[in-house]
Amino acid sequence: MGKTFKTIDEAVIRFAGDSGDGMQLTGGRFTETTAIVGNDLSTLPDFPAEIRAPAGSLAGVSAFQLKFSSKDIHTPGDKPDVLVAMNPAALKVHQKDLIPGGTMIINTDAFSKKNLNFAGYETNPIEDGSLDDYFTVIPIEMNKMVTAACEGMDLTGKLVLRTKNFFALGVLFYMYDRPMDATEAWLKKKFAGKDAIIEANTASMHAGYNYADTTEIFTTRYKVEKAELPPGTYRNINGNLATSLGLLAASEKAGLGLFLGSYPITPASDILHTLSSWKHFGVKTFQAEDEIAGVTSAIGASYSGSLAVTTTSGPGIALKGEALGLAVMTELPLVVINVQRGGPSTGLPTKTEQSDLNQALYGRNGEAPMPVIAAATPGDCFFAAYEACKAAVTHMTPVMLLTDGYLANGSEPWNIPDLDELESIDVKFADKPNADGDFLPYLRDEKTLARPWAIPGTAKLEHRVGGIETAENTGHVSYDPENHHRMVMLRQEKVNRIQNDIPPTEVFGDGHGDLLLLSWGGTYGASRSASETLQEEGLKVSHVHVRWISPLPKDLGEILINFKHILIPEINLGQFLRLIRSEYLVDAKGLNLVRGRPIGAATIVEKVKETLG
Amino acid sequence: MSEVATTPELTKKDFVSDQAVRWCPGCGDYAILAQAQKQMPTFGRKREDFVFVSGIGCSSRFPYYMNTYGFHSIHGRAPALATGVKIANPDLSVWVITGDGDGLSIGGNHFMHALRRNMDINILMFNNRIYGLTKGQYSPTSEVGKLTKASPYGSIDIPLNPPSLALGAQATFVARTIDRWQKHMAEMMERSYNHDGGSYIEIYQNCNIFNDGAFEPYTGAEKMDNVIELKNGAPMLFAKETKGIKLDGSKAIVIDMEKNSVDDVLIHDETNLDLAHIIANWTSNPDLPEPIGVIYSIDKPTYNQDMVDQINFAKEKKGAGSVQDLLNAGDTWTVG
Repeated sequence: MGKTFKTIDEAVIRFAGDSGDGMQLTGGRFTETTAIVGNDLSTLPDFPAEIRAPAGSLAGVSAFQLKFSSKDIHTPGDKPDVLVAMNPAALKVHQKDLIPGGTMIINTDAFSKKNLNFAGYETNPIEDGSLDDYFTVIPIEMNKMVTAACEGMDLTGKLVLRTKNFFALGVLFYMYDRPMDATEAWLKKKFAGKDAIIEANTASMHAGYNYADTTEIFTTRYKVEKAELPPGTYRNINGNLATSLGLLAASEKAGLGLFLGSYPITPASDILHTLSSWKHFGVKTFQAEDEIAGVTSAIGASYSGSLAVTTTSGPGIALKGEALGLAVMTELPLVVINVQRGGPSTGLPTKTEQSDLNQALYGRNGEAPMPVIAAATPGDCFFAAYEACKAAVTHMTPVMLLTDGYLANGSEPWNIPDLDELESIDVKFADKPNADGDFLPYLRDEKTLARPWAIPGTAKLEHRVGGIETAENTGHVSYDPENHHRMVMLRQEKVNRIQNDIPPTEVFGDGHGDLLLLSWGGTYGASRSASETLQEEGLKVSHVHVRWISPLPKDLGEILINFKHILIPEINLGQFLRLIRSEYLVDAKGLNLVRGRPIGAATIVEKVKETLG
Repeated sequence: MSEVATTPELTKKDFVSDQAVRWCPGCGDYAILAQAQKQMPTFGRKREDFVFVSGIGCSSRFPYYMNTYGFHSIHGRAPALATGVKIANPDLSVWVITGDGDGLSIGGNHFMHALRRNMDINILMFNNRIYGLTKGQYSPTSEVGKLTKASPYGSIDIPLNPPSLALGAQATFVARTIDRWQKHMAEMMERSYNHDGGSYIEIYQNCNIFNDGAFEPYTGAEKMDNVIELKNGAPMLFAKETKGIKLDGSKAIVIDMEKNSVDDVLIHDETNLDLAHIIANWTSNPDLPEPIGVIYSIDKPTYNQDMVDQINFAKEKKGAGSVQDLLNAGDTWTVG
C-alpha cells in the first residue's frame, strides 16, 4: 500500500482535548492495548480540577501522555512525538511540548472561530502556516468522519460526535500497529446493554484506523517490539490500585481484618472506592464525616484489632495531625496514606508534588516520631503499602506512606507478585497477663520496643490508653518529668529500630564517582532514566533511591561520602535535601521544580552536566 | 456434684479501677461514675466487652476510673473513635463519655454524624454548661449573658438545645437525666444499654467550682414544680400532679389540674418524633417544665449491623474473595 514500517525503540504520544472529549479514557485504552502487546510503558494523566470547565477553554484541557518501549523504561517521557489535539485550546496548551518535527493530529472540525477565540488564537494556526515549519500537521475532519461512520445508527448527533475520541484512537492504533480487539471487548463489557453506543464507538475506531490506512498522509507506520522484561505474569497497574492491593494483601498475610476510615479527597479517593468494592473480602470501609473522623475511626478500629488505614492528601493530613499524635502516643498500629498533590492550601488538587515530606516528618505537636515510607513507581505502591502495614503492626506505630498524584494515576506494567512469596507478617494479640498476673500495656518487646496489642474482648487485659503521657510499663497517667523524658526517648528509639528491617541500599552504578543522583518517591523514574543516559555517555554518575525516609537506611551515610557531588531532584524546594544535609553534613545540591508535573529525565541530565561542568 | 465452671457474678467493685479519682470534691461527675460502675455489672455482660471512649475535658477522665477497656482520646473525637471500635468489633458494648464543650462544640460534627448513622454506641453527655478543665469559659450550652473570664460583659452566644440537635440529627434514642437523680440515671443507662442503635443521654451535671447551682431549679426542694419526668404512655403531669401539659394547637401549655380533667393532658409517646421535637423545645423554657426522661426512642437498622449484612451479602453473591486472583485480575500477559 505504499506504506513503510519503521521499527523504533520507543514512542511518546499525548492525547489532549476538552474535559468532555474523553481523553483519559482514550489514553487508558491505548495503554491497555500497549500493555497487552508487551511493551514496557509509563503513563501520565493530566486533568483539570474542575469536573467540567467551560467547553473549549484553556482551563478545561485534559491530557494523557504515554511512553512505550521495547526497552525497560522508567518515565512517561519528556516531550511527545505525537500530539492528538481535539480542539484549539488543547493545541494551544500542548503544542510547545511537542518535539521539533513531531506529528500533530488535529480535529479541524473543532476549530471554529468561537473556539479559536476561546483559546486565544487570532488566526487559525492550521491555516496560517505557523505550525508547518516545525511540525508534521495532519488535519482531520473528525466530526464529519464519525458522522459518516455512524450513519443510519439509532443515535443522536450529539452522541455520535462523542465517539470522535475513538476515531483518534483508531488512527493511533494504525500508526503504531496495535490490534483493536481488546478495545472492542472492553466496549462490549463497559456498555453492555447499550448496543448503539458499542456499535458507534467500534465503527468510529475502525473508521479512524481505515482512514489512516487509506489516506496518503500517513506514509510511515511504526513498530515498537515487545520489551524484554523479567519473567513473570504482568498486568498494567496504576498507583492507587496498587496501594489498595498492597493493603489487602497485608491484611490477608497478617490475618487481620482491613478497616479504612476515609474522607473523599483528590487524588486519594480511588483507594476508598476500590476498597469499598471489596466487601466480599470482608473489607470494612467507613466514609467518615470529615478527615479527622477518618483517622480517629481508624485509631478506634486499630484499638479493636483491625489493620487500620486512613487515606488522604496533604490538606487532609493537616487536619489529621492531632490524631496522628494520639496514634503515636497510644502506640497503636495505623497506616496513613498521603497521595500528595500540589499545595499549599487547596493548591493544585489534580497535579502532582512532593511537598508534603516535611509535613510527614514533622507535622505534629510534640516529639511525635512517625515512620515514613515513599513509593517509587505506580507498581511499587503495592510493596510500599505492604511494608507500611508490616512495620505498623510489628512495631506498634502509625506509619505514613507517601505516594503522589503522578504515581496514583500513572500506570506501568507490573510483575504480579505471588502472595506466598511475600514476607510474612506475624501478628499475635496479647492473650494473657504479662507481669505476675497483671497486665502492663506498655511493657515492651526487647528487640523492637513494641508494646503488646491487647484488644477489647480479651479477659484480664482490660486497660486504658490515651493521649496524656503514660507511665512506662503501666500506661497510667503520669506527669513525672523523668518518666516523660524516658517515654519520649523510647518512642523515638522504637521508630529508629525499624532501620533493622530496611534492606541494604542499592547503588545503581559504581559505588564511587563524580556525582550521585539521590531520589525519593516519584522522582525515581526520571532519576533512573537520567543516570542510565549519563552512564551510557561515560559519566561517573550513580543513582540511589531512598524508600524509607524515617528512619533512613543505616548504610546511606557511608554511600554518600563516596561521591564528589550529590544532586537531589525533588518537586518541592528541597525538603529531602535539607534532611540529608542535616543528617549527614554533606554538601548536597537540589534540583527543585514545583510545576505540578513530574521532573523530566532530560532536565536532570542537563543539571548533572551543568554541575559537573 | 460435678464441678461446673461458672463466671462469678460481677459487682460494682469489678468495675472500679485502681486509679485515684481526681475530680474536684463535690463534682457531679462522681455520682455519674458511681452509677455507671453500679449499672454495668447488672447488664449480664463480660467486663472485657465494655469499652469506654472519651474526648477531652473533666468528664473525659472517666475511662481511667472504669476497670474496663478504655480510650481517652482527643478533644471532640470520641464518637468517631468509638465508631471505629464498634465497626471493627460489633460485639462490644461501646460507651462515649463527653461533655457540652467536647461533644457539642469542638466535636459537634462527630456527635451529629454518629447519631445520624444510628451507630450502636451509648453517648453520655455531661452537660454542666461551662468549660471546667480550662477553668471556666462559657460553653455552647451556657445561657446568654453568662459572665466568665472570656465573657466579662456577658456571653453573647446563643446556647444550643442538645436534645433538639440530637433529634435533628436523626437520633433514635434521646433522653435526659440529672446527676442528683441516681435512680433515674440508673434507669436511663439501662434503657440506653438495651437500645439497639445510637443512644444519647444528656446528664445535667453540676460543676460546683465554675458554674455551681446551674441546675438547682431542678434539684432543689421545689424541683418538682420545674421539672417533668416523662413516662411513656402516661399523661404529662408534674408538680405533684397539680399541673399538666396540654397541646393548644401545636403549642404546649401548662394547665392547672384542679380546674382541668386528666383527659385533657398530653400523653407521652416515645415513638412520636413530632412530639419529641415539641418536648425538646421545653428545654430552658421559663413557661414550661424541664423535660427529664426518655424523650424519643425508636428502632431503626444500625450502621454496624448493616455493614455486617452488606459484607455477608457480598460474600454470598460473589463468594469469599481470593486475594491472589484479585492480584491477577484484568488483562495479563506472560513474559519468559
